[in-house]
Amino acid sequence: MENLNLILPEIFISLSIMFLLILGVFKKDSSKITVNLSLFVILITTIITINETFSVNRETLFNGSIVIDQMSSLMKIITLIGGFLVLVISSTYLKIFKLYNIEYPILIISSILGMMVMISSNDLIVFYMGLELQSLALYVLATYNRDQLKSSEAGLKYFVLSALSSGLLLYGCSLVYGFSGSTNFDIISNQLNSNEYVLTFGIVFILVGLAFKISAVPFHMWAPDVYEGSPTTVTLFFTIVPKIAALTVFIRFLYVPFLNLIDQWQMIIIFLSIASMIFGAVAAIGQTNIKRLIAYSSISHIGYTLAGLATATNEGIQSSIIYISIYVVMNLALFSCLLMLKRKDQYYEDIDDLSGLSKNHPLLSLCLLLILFSLAGIPPLAGFFAKFYVFKAVLEQSMYFLAIVGLLSTVVAAFYYLRIIKIIYFDKEKDKYDTDHSLWLKFSLTVSTILILFYFIFPSLLIDVVSRINII
Amino acid sequence: MNFPILSSLILLPIIGALFLFFTKDKEGNNLTAKYVALFTTIVNFLISIYLWIAFEQSTSNFQFIEDRIWIEGFINYKVGIDGISILFVILTTFITPLCVISVNNSVKNRLRDFLIAILIMESFMIGVFCALDLVVFYLFFEAGLIPMFLIIGIWGGTRRVYSAFKFFLYTLLGSVLMLVAIISIYWITGTTDVVRLYEIGIDVKYQNLLWLAFFSSFAVKTPMWPVHTWLPDAHVEAPTAGSVLLAAILLKMAGYGFIRFSLGLFPVASETFTPLIYVLSVIAIIFTSLIALMQEDMKKLIAYSSVAHMGFVTLGIFTLQQQGIEGSIIQMISHGLVSAALFLTVGVVYDRMHSRLISTYGGLVSVIPKYSILFMIFALASLGLPGTSGFIGEFLILMGAFKDNFLVAVIASLGVILGAAYMLWLYKRVVFGKLINEDLKKIVDLNRSEYFVLSCLAAPILFYGFYPDPLINTIEVSVSDLISMHETNLASK
Repeated sequence: MENLNLILPEIFISLSIMFLLILGVFKKDSSKITVNLSLFVILITTIITINETFSVNRETLFNGSIVIDQMSSLMKIITLIGGFLVLVISSTYLKIFKLYNIEYPILIISSILGMMVMISSNDLIVFYMGLELQSLALYVLATYNRDQLKSSEAGLKYFVLSALSSGLLLYGCSLVYGFSGSTNFDIISNQLNSNEYVLTFGIVFILVGLAFKISAVPFHMWAPDVYEGSPTTVTLFFTIVPKIAALTVFIRFLYVPFLNLIDQWQMIIIFLSIASMIFGAVAAIGQTNIKRLIAYSSISHIGYTLAGLATATNEGIQSSIIYISIYVVMNLALFSCLLMLKRKDQYYEDIDDLSGLSKNHPLLSLCLLLILFSLAGIPPLAGFFAKFYVFKAVLEQSMYFLAIVGLLSTVVAAFYYLRIIKIIYFDKEKDKYDTDHSLWLKFSLTVSTILILFYFIFPSLLIDVVSRINII
Repeated sequence: MNFPILSSLILLPIIGALFLFFTKDKEGNNLTAKYVALFTTIVNFLISIYLWIAFEQSTSNFQFIEDRIWIEGFINYKVGIDGISILFVILTTFITPLCVISVNNSVKNRLRDFLIAILIMESFMIGVFCALDLVVFYLFFEAGLIPMFLIIGIWGGTRRVYSAFKFFLYTLLGSVLMLVAIISIYWITGTTDVVRLYEIGIDVKYQNLLWLAFFSSFAVKTPMWPVHTWLPDAHVEAPTAGSVLLAAILLKMAGYGFIRFSLGLFPVASETFTPLIYVLSVIAIIFTSLIALMQEDMKKLIAYSSVAHMGFVTLGIFTLQQQGIEGSIIQMISHGLVSAALFLTVGVVYDRMHSRLISTYGGLVSVIPKYSILFMIFALASLGLPGTSGFIGEFLILMGAFKDNFLVAVIASLGVILGAAYMLWLYKRVVFGKLINEDLKKIVDLNRSEYFVLSCLAAPILFYGFYPDPLINTIEVSVSDLISMHETNLASK
């Protein structure tokens, strides 16, 4: 008998989804209670997962198709906390757009369930199942504001391109299965050490599919449009939560089944990384919409995360995980600010709307200042340390080219972050924005800004947690 | 000595800034904010004076060391000072209160925020001079960009945005390569602790590249020709207090970095690249002096003179002679005082006339005599007249240069003449001559606070001009040990 305790979080969350669906059907006007219950569900799941972290080192289930280890627990916790905060700060926005329905929280927790399955997957089929579960939920979320043309366009675009990438991914999986005779990652890892060209094709297809999911250049085309078109809270969800799951899967694929084929994939990852860093930095310069700009900035951040993965060392993987964790905090803070730009039930999302913000809203501007400098990677803010760990890992492998290109593109990226700061601080002020924000929004902004600002005092805390992750 | 005196020096301005953050920002009346800032900076100055008294001059070891684990097994938070860094710390704590006093004339709006930026800046600058770990140094070095960017951008002149961006991106671009070098040093030697690195040394085969990476950062910050172009822009647009901080202290970070890191960590590479530095320094001295001659904007003229003076500094450092390095340090301190004073004097007339153009002025001596006398002292100190601190620095640098390379020294000496030319010409056009501009007749002489600030700067300039011993005694042992360490390193390569 399998030890089902290990997948208790997943079991609990799927039962809850079903319960919430039934509740939504039979009870009228149940949106508020659904949201609150969903929050409760996520909270309980988080607690169960945290509890699990202490007792489990590495366990596999169902003939090794699901793996529970330090990495999966940590990533699940980040996913759940991210999902929780997204859900909790989006209520005002949803109410204003009349989107405050039962479907929203249910879709979010379903996609979280899909991500949790992805994170724990140790098998091609389980992985694909999780991926599709989260993707389907995300398609619907992207079009959630269905009365708006842009939102529908975003969802359709995302659906078509994502389906294409899933197709590539499946094709790659079938090739890999053909060569190894198994769908289990550990078995594949033992089987694959040949230099067959067709196998390389399989790997490339899988990597392309995954690169699409994390929007690495040159498979990033969907990101700016989808980010811009989706409702802001959904964009927030897109920029942080699915990235964590996709990155985990990326790490698993590279370092479990394909570990022996490093020569084949290392150059690909380095290319993806360099291309994303440079393109993300350059393309963001001309943007006028904040959400589009964030899309490009997230592309360049993904580039730095991939740089850590390209090293093929445990330090590299850890630095990537640290990077993505700090990135999540920074993005959460940035979107909290964005959700505060509201005047008479209308949200503003152009960069010019920030003009002269510091005159009327000094505290909000100060937070934005810190967040943007942190995103630009200026010490002593958290964003600097994120880059610092990555480049430390990269330079350990003497990959000087990658490090220098990466750091030079931070200078380019600094330009567009500075441009926003310039608009906030140096330009003429506009009308005041509302200040009656929900408590949760203020809470998430305050906490994330404090984390960004004071990270440098205790940098070891995060390192200690992450250093327990040893994949190789 | 258990009390963490250096950390309190670094932290105190930040605590002051926090206090300021919670004071109310009233339009027009900001006395509370100003007093809080003044109090903080003066206490900091007193602490640093105590530091100088308690400082043991007879050893080159680092003193007041604090060493705490910061990131387990990787970086320690390590600070300490020796004879070279202590003077820069005192310079910083001395200039900042003067900035705070002088601030009310040049900054009209958001005075409180301005003072917060200055205080945070001070703590980062002290951090740079105290840091004994490369990563800690880098952190302070880079973090200073944030407040300076805001100072130029928010309170600057008409082209402030362009200047602020240029300043930020230039320095950032220079610095990222240094970060690569610092991490590489960690992987080569297993530590980023400067004291440990002095002991174990860095393998010769890596030194050239690492030196160049550090050089790229320091050259931009110094600034050396041809990457000096951000400086005139930043100076011209920054408010007076910002220009003062920039000229007096920020530029010294790079000179200090050259001595502490380039010479100390990469002795062989420093020897290899000396010709490069010589050429760039000499070009900087001659070329920017000529440019300064042609300027019509007073602030720009002083900015270019800063580039020329920093050319002397880099020249002196890489003579690798006792006199040269001592001269460079004294020149940096002296330039810190003199350029701060010159920017303030320009600020004084700018506040009254709202013009920085030389042609606006002329004949000031007949209307504002007190101002003219102080301006003369600073102008003469800037051109290195004997009896001022500027002379001691330049003289020692040239002495070191003559020992090392006759030709370079001769060309650099020509720069002294050019320096005299542009400074005296500036003085003549602004202060002497006929009073043509009618508006100038109503100009008022220095008020009490301006008089006080400028006298505070004139006193050490003259005092150390006649009696430089206290400065030289402080740095002597550290410099001679640095050179002997350098020579043993070269011999054992």
